[in-house]
Amino acid sequence: MDKLRQKTKELLSNNEVQIVVGYEEGTAGKARPAFISSPDQADTLIYDDRCIHNLAVYLTQHKLPGNTKIAVVASFPVMKSIITLASEKQLDENFIRVIGISKDNNIIEFKDFADIERYINQQDLTFTPEEQALIEKIDAMSMEERWAYWQNEFSRCFKCYACRSACPMCYCTLCITDFNQPQWVSVPSHKQGNFEWHINRAMHLAGRCIGCDECSRACPLDLPINLLTKKLSMDIQKQFGYSAGQSLTEPYALSTYKPDDKETFIR
Amino acid sequence: MATENYKLLKKESLPALFDKLTASGKTIYAPVKKGDKTEFDVVTKYSNDINDEYIQTVQSLKETVFPKVEKLFDYKSDKTDTSIQEVDFSKFPQNVLWGLHPCDAAAFRPLDATFRWDYDDKYFLTRIKLTTVVGLSCSKHDDYCFCSSVDISPASGDGSDILLTKNKAGDYLVEIITEKGQEVYDMAKELFGEISDDKESYITDVPKKFELSELNKNLDGSFEAPYWLAQSMRCIGCGACAYVCPTCTCFDLQDEGSANKGSRIKCWDSCGFGHFTLHTSGHNPRETQSQRWRQRILHKFSYMPDRIKVFGCVGCGRCSRACPVDMNLSEHLTKIMEVPKHE
Repeated sequence: MDKLRQKTKELLSNNEVQIVVGYEEGTAGKARPAFISSPDQADTLIYDDRCIHNLAVYLTQHKLPGNTKIAVVASFPVMKSIITLASEKQLDENFIRVIGISKDNNIIEFKDFADIERYINQQDLTFTPEEQALIEKIDAMSMEERWAYWQNEFSRCFKCYACRSACPMCYCTLCITDFNQPQWVSVPSHKQGNFEWHINRAMHLAGRCIGCDECSRACPLDLPINLLTKKLSMDIQKQFGYSAGQSLTEPYALSTYKPDDKETFIR
Repeated sequence: MATENYKLLKKESLPALFDKLTASGKTIYAPVKKGDKTEFDVVTKYSNDINDEYIQTVQSLKETVFPKVEKLFDYKSDKTDTSIQEVDFSKFPQNVLWGLHPCDAAAFRPLDATFRWDYDDKYFLTRIKLTTVVGLSCSKHDDYCFCSSVDISPASGDGSDILLTKNKAGDYLVEIITEKGQEVYDMAKELFGEISDDKESYITDVPKKFELSELNKNLDGSFEAPYWLAQSMRCIGCGACAYVCPTCTCFDLQDEGSANKGSRIKCWDSCGFGHFTLHTSGHNPRETQSQRWRQRILHKFSYMPDRIKVFGCVGCGRCSRACPVDMNLSEHLTKIMEVPKHE
């Protein structure tokens, strides 16, 4: 923690960045995102197991003036989000410094995004047994059971869009659900509207989700919607050998055509 | 603290009371344990899963009077004529809202004032007329509760038709507050006894964090205050706070179907969304999240008391518990109080 605060003071004092996005003590024992703009605020920064928000979401929100340089405290999911966002040309490397945090809570200095990419690829990138078990549980259901399961879960949704707001990959300035000429997605949170939203969300994140689970954590109703995007990530890895958050240059699987595609119908 | 006379409802009488309510055609909503949480749900019978010691549910019972999706009417049109088919108001349910806390009961006041402000919303007014509120005083609170700061007590009967307070024997001290409450009592008189007790001794003490009238004065002239931006930096702009709020009333109107046949639907919306105030021209008067955060606070604590003489917050703390990034309302309000006015 001392090193993190020290690094923050250094970056701000040298005017290398104007804002450091990290975590601070919140209310009722929670940690929460914090925006540090002067060295004397740096001592409010914390980092521990409660610091779970994916801070990459703030890198595309454009809340800061255009020329502001930002440093972001980056746990592993944040690093993967940054690589995905950079591969989708959403981040300008000249304006972002990444203060990496290793799994044992040490600071990692990154020279550039390529450095983050190298670090990520040195880590264990397989789905955890817990993640696999969650998906296997859904996979083991019959089609009817699965339909009933998701109908029940989706029926509770009231469309607060916390899942969308908390997701770093949901950065569209005009989300398909807010588009109303024409109205592609039904607005009310009735059965049809909720299915349309959640299927759209899952498909737009298919293979782009880095698996931070922020969507379901943000959901006030605890809908397990992270399972949808996780399942799609697994499928896309299996079908196309593509995993989000691991490469700055490999094009996204579902927007790429390869002449040597193994499927004959597309050739 | 004083001993007073109350009606007594023993715990063992609850199944008979619930059976009577159900038999008389009432739909009962009660706080039901679900895993480690408690949420309101429809029940037809009393069961041990009904929790009278919960602190707060994630969702309020606002949905029973202002549904998240409500059909207003069906329409049909051909080349010469358009017809409207009204919904059948006689089919609206007679709800008994059981065991909601005084904050939630008080929340019906701002809802009512809003839905009859410049227009009588027949849908809300019909629903609220058919609703009986059985409040439950609070024996516990958590760090998010701040009812006492918005001038509501954890033992207040305001907004309830009947108020229950659980005593140490696990029975309820009963206060009949309105005629609707009297109707429920009259329906099941034999289940109630009499008791002298001191209800205040069973009530939790929710610490007061700020003076509401002072806050209201402090917000006057705060439109350009720098704290709106500082407070809203971490806000991610979702609608979780508004959708769990028992007093938020923003809605959207949607026509579903085709030009010739369909339904007009009222559904929840939130002033926290970026597109909420987007004009057709492309201009957005609340372009940034800080403007939208300011709107949320000023609407509840300045505009509503000024215009409809009721504050838009009951201190239930739901918004702050539900916020994915810990935008804690009472913390922010307390901070606003610390800033000298017109700084």
